[in-house]
Amino acid sequence: MRIKERVGEVVDAFATPLRASHYVELVNPLWSSHRLQARVEDVWDETPDARTLTLRPGRGWRRHRAGQHIRVGVPIDGRRFTRTYSISSSPERRDGCITITVKVLEGGRMSGHLVRDLRPGTHLPIGLPQGDFLVPEAVPVRPLLVTAGSGITPVMSMLRTWALVGNMPDVAHLHYAPTRHDVIFGAELERLAAEHRRYDLHTVLTRSDGGSHFCREQLDALCPDWQEREVWVCGPQGLIEAVEDHHRDAPGARPVHVERFRASLAEIDADARGGTATFLSGGTEVEADADATTPLLRVAEDAGLNPAHGCRMGICHTCDVPLATGSVRDLRTGDLIDEPGRAVQICTAAAAGDCTIDLQETS
Amino acid sequence: MTAPHTTLPLDLDAEEVEAIGRELDAIYDETIASLGTDDERYIKRLIRTQRTLAVGSRVVMEAGALLRARRGRGVRSGPGARVGLGLLGLGAVGLGLAKVLENMEIGHNVMHGQWDWMDDPEISSTTWEWDTTCASDHWKHGHNIVHHTWTNVMGKDRDIGYEILRTSSEQPWNPVYLAQPAYNTLLMLLFEYGVGLHELDPEKLLSGTTEEKATQVELLRGFARKAGRQMAKDYVLWPALAGPRFADVAVANASANLLRNVWAYLIIFCGHFPDGVHLFDCQVVEDETRAGWYLRQLLAAANIEGSGPFHLVSGNLSFQIEHHLFPDMPSNRYAEVSVRVRGLCERYGLPYNTGRFSRQIGTTMRKIWRYALPGGEDSRTDAPAVAEPARAAA
Repeated sequence: MRIKERVGEVVDAFATPLRASHYVELVNPLWSSHRLQARVEDVWDETPDARTLTLRPGRGWRRHRAGQHIRVGVPIDGRRFTRTYSISSSPERRDGCITITVKVLEGGRMSGHLVRDLRPGTHLPIGLPQGDFLVPEAVPVRPLLVTAGSGITPVMSMLRTWALVGNMPDVAHLHYAPTRHDVIFGAELERLAAEHRRYDLHTVLTRSDGGSHFCREQLDALCPDWQEREVWVCGPQGLIEAVEDHHRDAPGARPVHVERFRASLAEIDADARGGTATFLSGGTEVEADADATTPLLRVAEDAGLNPAHGCRMGICHTCDVPLATGSVRDLRTGDLIDEPGRAVQICTAAAAGDCTIDLQETS
Repeated sequence: MTAPHTTLPLDLDAEEVEAIGRELDAIYDETIASLGTDDERYIKRLIRTQRTLAVGSRVVMEAGALLRARRGRGVRSGPGARVGLGLLGLGAVGLGLAKVLENMEIGHNVMHGQWDWMDDPEISSTTWEWDTTCASDHWKHGHNIVHHTWTNVMGKDRDIGYEILRTSSEQPWNPVYLAQPAYNTLLMLLFEYGVGLHELDPEKLLSGTTEEKATQVELLRGFARKAGRQMAKDYVLWPALAGPRFADVAVANASANLLRNVWAYLIIFCGHFPDGVHLFDCQVVEDETRAGWYLRQLLAAANIEGSGPFHLVSGNLSFQIEHHLFPDMPSNRYAEVSVRVRGLCERYGLPYNTGRFSRQIGTTMRKIWRYALPGGEDSRTDAPAVAEPARAAA
């Protein structure tokens, strides 16, 4: 390894101040070693508002584990934005590709672009797989999967893996979608259920069939042995809270693993007030009106800035910057932060009165 | 000797000055708001093209050296040797052009933060390191902060005559300046080293406080590190690939660097030293408003007229006026912005110093020769700002 590094240093010296990888990238962006990119190989519309992107990651990729997610950067109008998506393909997939499935969010800048505008052949910067929404590497205990909407994506990776390696455990799966047309991977889920005796799928359509949202009676009816099952739940905040509340009160319930697509936010009083947010950036000050519920990251972006960010739900700390003056509110806890110099996660903090955020200093 | 301007040499009242400031702010805001996919495509395509040209030229150069190496075995000359020499020359010109593009239209502008709006960590003022012996962090301080803030303010802006040249009657004369035609030529040929050492203050290095000395030593170390790597690449590693024709490639690389040095020197000198640019006394910047700063930039810079390709290889520094008004605006927008700035100057009777390359470099060189000698009040140089040829030309 030391010799390889030495050779690498000498080769890079020919390219200084760049690295050899910057020239290799000219031939094929996937061969570069100084940054990780993926080529969009294929796009496939799963439902009217969800699309699967097949991505071929370049050199430096590390195989993911089922349930993990990646950061994806996409230029929109020339500016790069970053979002986090679960990988829906199995790590056992043979062609070296991964898939992410993107659902259009209401008012979602990036999801709209990924679903409507992206073309095969585009190269996107990506991050390495992250996240701990995982099933054990060994044959898992009898799992109960509870998913809704695009919350199916990390779970799909698990199901596909078990099917591929021919080791489908005793799975109970509750999946919620408004109508049959909204079920992402609907046909494949049904095929899996037909082929694997031990995979027990219940698709609950909340807007037809008189279907309802997750509740105790429904769980008792569809999965009577739930007390013996470890739970993996992924979907909107309401679903996650319902499952967590249910299991907190239920005697003898097994652990619950949770994957969130959005931060869970605290109740903010209707009369909470925002203020003027001042962002210090590159020697200039940018002022913007900020209400009490819009994350300051979004406020800054709407004001034409593009602060560093990652997950947009308070997990990765890429967006942490110090508070200079004033006070902000952590939207997850409702806590006020008013101590100058304290790190603020601007993706999950909103103005609480006037505030000044120092975007130049990462804390 | 005339004194440097203690107030802006303009016949405008305070209200008009502020109105001009608002108009320029509006031009900036509208242009920045319109940045988008086309601009992103421009810079990314340019970077790809430049890198392809750089590596392609080096390969052509090595091929040329290889052809000439075969000559050693009995054949003294022949078509192979001539083609080899041709390839070496082609490679040198190609590499020189690649270095010009990298330093001027890409590196200089990226390090001004012109492309930071894209939020691409690879094309960012915080990460870019350019293909010259000047370390980017030194340059960003000396150029972006000192020069662009204190443009042409005597005693503050180290770019006036690059600290060693007397380019105006307003600078006091000293016998050392008698030699300036000679060391000006040296500066042109070795421009990248001049820029690399520009931040260095020899007085502080020799007789400053301990802290000042340490800072200067750190600057020297940074320069040595960067210059060492650059020289190893051009004068050791790539030549070594050519084996016995080591010298061929070393000379070709030196030619490429020379081409880049001379070109960068010419364009940069045309931006600040032709007839009609103004120097200012420190008093000008006391209580200077943003509008006042704009007008000082306007009076301190000069443009060069030319075609699209000319502006490209000039790094759009041929739009030096627009660059000084809006240093962090992507350079591919200067051409369209210049039309609006010129129109504004026309309306308010402001000078807009532009001219052919020959005029701008000619008057610059005349100054360097003339001001080597004492005195030198020159009616052409010190003509009232408002009566500049730009108005007639527009």
